[in-house]
Amino acid sequence: MFHWLNRKFLSPKAFYASSSILLPWLIAAFVLCFSYGLIAGLFLAPADYQQGDGFRIIYVHVPSALTAMSVYFVMAVSAVLTLVFRIKIAAICMSCSAKIGAWFTFLALVTGSIWGKPMWGTWWIWDARLTSVLILLFLYLGFLSLQSVITDQQSRDRAGAIIAIVGVINLPIIHYSVIWWNTLHQGPTITKFAAPSIAPSMLHPLLAMIAAFYLFYAVILLLRMRSQILLREIKSQWVQEEYCHVG
Amino acid sequence: MNRKQKKKLLAVLSVLIVLGAATALVLYALKQNINLFYTPTQLLQAQTYADQHFRIGGYVKKKSVVYDASGTTVRFTITDQTHELSVSYHGVLPNLFREGQGVVVTGMLIDRQHFLANEVLAKHDEKYIPYPLAKELQTQTRQTS
Repeated sequence: MFHWLNRKFLSPKAFYASSSILLPWLIAAFVLCFSYGLIAGLFLAPADYQQGDGFRIIYVHVPSALTAMSVYFVMAVSAVLTLVFRIKIAAICMSCSAKIGAWFTFLALVTGSIWGKPMWGTWWIWDARLTSVLILLFLYLGFLSLQSVITDQQSRDRAGAIIAIVGVINLPIIHYSVIWWNTLHQGPTITKFAAPSIAPSMLHPLLAMIAAFYLFYAVILLLRMRSQILLREIKSQWVQEEYCHVG
Repeated sequence: MNRKQKKKLLAVLSVLIVLGAATALVLYALKQNINLFYTPTQLLQAQTYADQHFRIGGYVKKKSVVYDASGTTVRFTITDQTHELSVSYHGVLPNLFREGQGVVVTGMLIDRQHFLANEVLAKHDEKYIPYPLAKELQTQTRQTS
């Protein structure tokens, strides 16, 4: 079973081939979700009763924060697959995700700050939610800087995997920070088991934007992974035959 | 999964469990410091001393907001439904400041009942409602109550 999976999907060569089929579909789905989400979020959704049009920053803030956390989760799962099962493609997925996740975290912090100033009255406050997301950014930066100082590919993957696994403890802390402690940040609107506390006309563009951000991550991840695969497998026969024609 | 992989997976899981437990203990011990504010009730139980700055959180009591003649100094009452605290503040209020709204104020106690704030922040809840719908809901609750 594992060997079949490996031959069909997980080996760098198979992944390189199947990802090229997948990519155009992902890009098309992203363009669809993003354009609907953007137009619906900016124009079709009604203004909020308290925050007026200012609430529309939710359509960037929430998707980027959710993606930032999900990317870290993907990295942690890939890290386990790297450490325990030595799956090459998992290590590539992990190291290619880090920069994307760091940017999404940065975007979540910046948009949150821009939202916080008019509504709360401050750009920044050291409450549990904001601080734990800042720690997420530091985890990403730590991962990236660790990867950049180790030259040996295998030990670089392993060291990165350990950071990724240890840091996963931060994810439930981020999610429950607004419940466990009293904070300035409000509680969850959609990521809870009860019905979302947002009107459907405002929720649909938000869901489209969340899908768009996930798809964007998938597209950028695949593009990065494909170039990383070529770099790592440059000595293998299939890369040589495909790309390094002599003469 | 062969034996070696099983062993490694167990090691990863146990590291996560131990680290998780350690983090949980640390966070539990630091609970008072992680909480952003005291509620008026917690303030009564807390050890405070003169000139100490801290944050109080609660709701602005309905019909308690009073502006002075110049319009830049405001007095209001913060309540957590059990205890209250009277706050005075000189400065610009955030957009969402209004009666019934959750707020977090930073400053110091003048005496047990009075608080002098140098910063007022507004909280908003997790609900997003279109304006016409919110109006309708309001009239509905008024009719039922």
